[in-house]
Amino acid sequence: MTMSGILILAEHRDGELRPVTFEAIAAAQEVRAEIGDRVTVAVVGSQAEAFVPALSIAGVDQILTIASKQQEFDADTAEAALAAAMSDCQPALILLGHSVDSMGYAAAFATRHGTGFATDVFRLAFDGGQLVATRGGYGQKVNVELDFPGKRTVVLCLRTGTFKPDPKPGKPPVRSLAPALPESRARFGAFIAPEASGDVDVSAVDFVLSIGRGVGEEDNIEQFRELATKVGATLGCSRPIADSGWLPKSRQVGQSGKTAVNCKLYIAMGISGAIQHLAGMKHVDTVVAVNTDSNASIFSVAKYGIIGDMFEIADELRKQFE
Amino acid sequence: MTKILVPVKRVAALEDDFRIREDGRDVDPDDLNHDLNEWDTFSLEQAVLIKEAASSEVQVVAATVGPEECDEVLRACLAKGADRALRVWDEAIAGSDPIAIARILAGVARREEPALVLAGAQSSDHGQATTGIALSAALDWPHVAVVTGLKYGAGDARATVTRELEGGVMQDVDVACPAVLTIQLGINKPRYASLRAIKQAAGKPIEVLGLGELGLAGDQVGEAGSASRVRRMAIPERGRAQMIEGTAQQKAARLAQIIREFRAA
Repeated sequence: MTMSGILILAEHRDGELRPVTFEAIAAAQEVRAEIGDRVTVAVVGSQAEAFVPALSIAGVDQILTIASKQQEFDADTAEAALAAAMSDCQPALILLGHSVDSMGYAAAFATRHGTGFATDVFRLAFDGGQLVATRGGYGQKVNVELDFPGKRTVVLCLRTGTFKPDPKPGKPPVRSLAPALPESRARFGAFIAPEASGDVDVSAVDFVLSIGRGVGEEDNIEQFRELATKVGATLGCSRPIADSGWLPKSRQVGQSGKTAVNCKLYIAMGISGAIQHLAGMKHVDTVVAVNTDSNASIFSVAKYGIIGDMFEIADELRKQFE
Repeated sequence: MTKILVPVKRVAALEDDFRIREDGRDVDPDDLNHDLNEWDTFSLEQAVLIKEAASSEVQVVAATVGPEECDEVLRACLAKGADRALRVWDEAIAGSDPIAIARILAGVARREEPALVLAGAQSSDHGQATTGIALSAALDWPHVAVVTGLKYGAGDARATVTRELEGGVMQDVDVACPAVLTIQLGINKPRYASLRAIKQAAGKPIEVLGLGELGLAGDQVGEAGSASRVRRMAIPERGRAQMIEGTAQQKAARLAQIIREFRAA
């Protein structure tokens, strides 16, 4: 049987569809003409049908609800449900998010089913009838184009915040699948919200001066805290600084920390720009990056770039505000 | 005795100036620097912490897939507390993607029969976040990805792990062992190797295995055994960043102007 069409497994948490589901639907529109023109969205849960209204948008040709024991994500359940959906609609392409949930089962699915596989994909294209997925390599400093010779189905996990959803109402038909799902080998507990630290919250402020690994050691933090105060900014940081305990988690910008939603000016000093960090700040209007490495990926999202030593620039900046 | 298997990777970082290789499919190897994957320093440390807390014997086995040059990262693991180091190589492995690498590591796990596999959540060079979870499927073992907390004592039938979700949300997962866990940055504070430990590691043996010893055929690895193939690598356009030039003082003055304009708006 020839595989055709696109299958998306919706991601949801705590009663809400994750944005990446709509981003995947948007990505599907870019390649649907080449891949067999049908887009199916499958959603798994004990109340999967609750998501049908939100998923009923233009560009979705079919919704599959898959009944499982529990509503929230479980890796073994997700993998088995995706297998059932694949066997039902025989897709040439499966789109998921490059999210923590997908990281927990997508590679297992691809291994077990012998599909093509790539993660953190930010561009989809067709060249000579072949699917080409582009992702970053060597710390996002090169673009790597991948193809999938001989694979009947390809699973791609899409970089979050990359494909732009434009949902318009639609009325796709809904079907239910009731596959026999395996007993899960892991028990997933309740969600634990991040602790309120009593410290500032970088998601609330409009001007962030953020420091990364370039700061070197804990004793150097204080001078940047003073500099931030001097220029009227809130001090933020990238993951290694919070992991080291040098600044509280509430100041960490990025996927596992805070998104700088209200920020208008973001100064990144000594931050190379891992995609997890960019996820929390690449939307900011004015990003100024200071880094010694001219190839640092932070420059790809910055409006202004300064190649230089963060301490030297900080010293000179301090003098400008004296 | 309880074994913990820690798969590690020798990652590559680009030099300041680098060229794409002539065939366009990778960077010129002369323009790469190598190191032990940062995530793997956390998974290794976690294994060593389990060993140190145990009242029974625990053996920490570091394993990698790659040519002889990879011995340096295995020696780093030995210096940081691994008891044994294993390396798998065969020319047929060249061109393997993480799914093929996971198949090879599964062969190692079948041989070693560990109670737990602690892999890095991703690698710092290509960040595919694939190998550990692919390995769990090749073994048909339970698995949890992006783990920032672990309660497990050597020989326990189950582990309680904390996985880290988007936005700093955490979730505890109770998982049956043997299991594969992929370890996130920050789960512990990896130790530095002492000079003495580095010297001792230099003299320790590294076990080298071929595909045959793992029961694998050449077409299960390399491009034939992979789920993707690199078609081309290209240097991306540098985005829209407008570079501020001049002396440090001039650069800071322009930055000060940007800040003042923002504050006046």
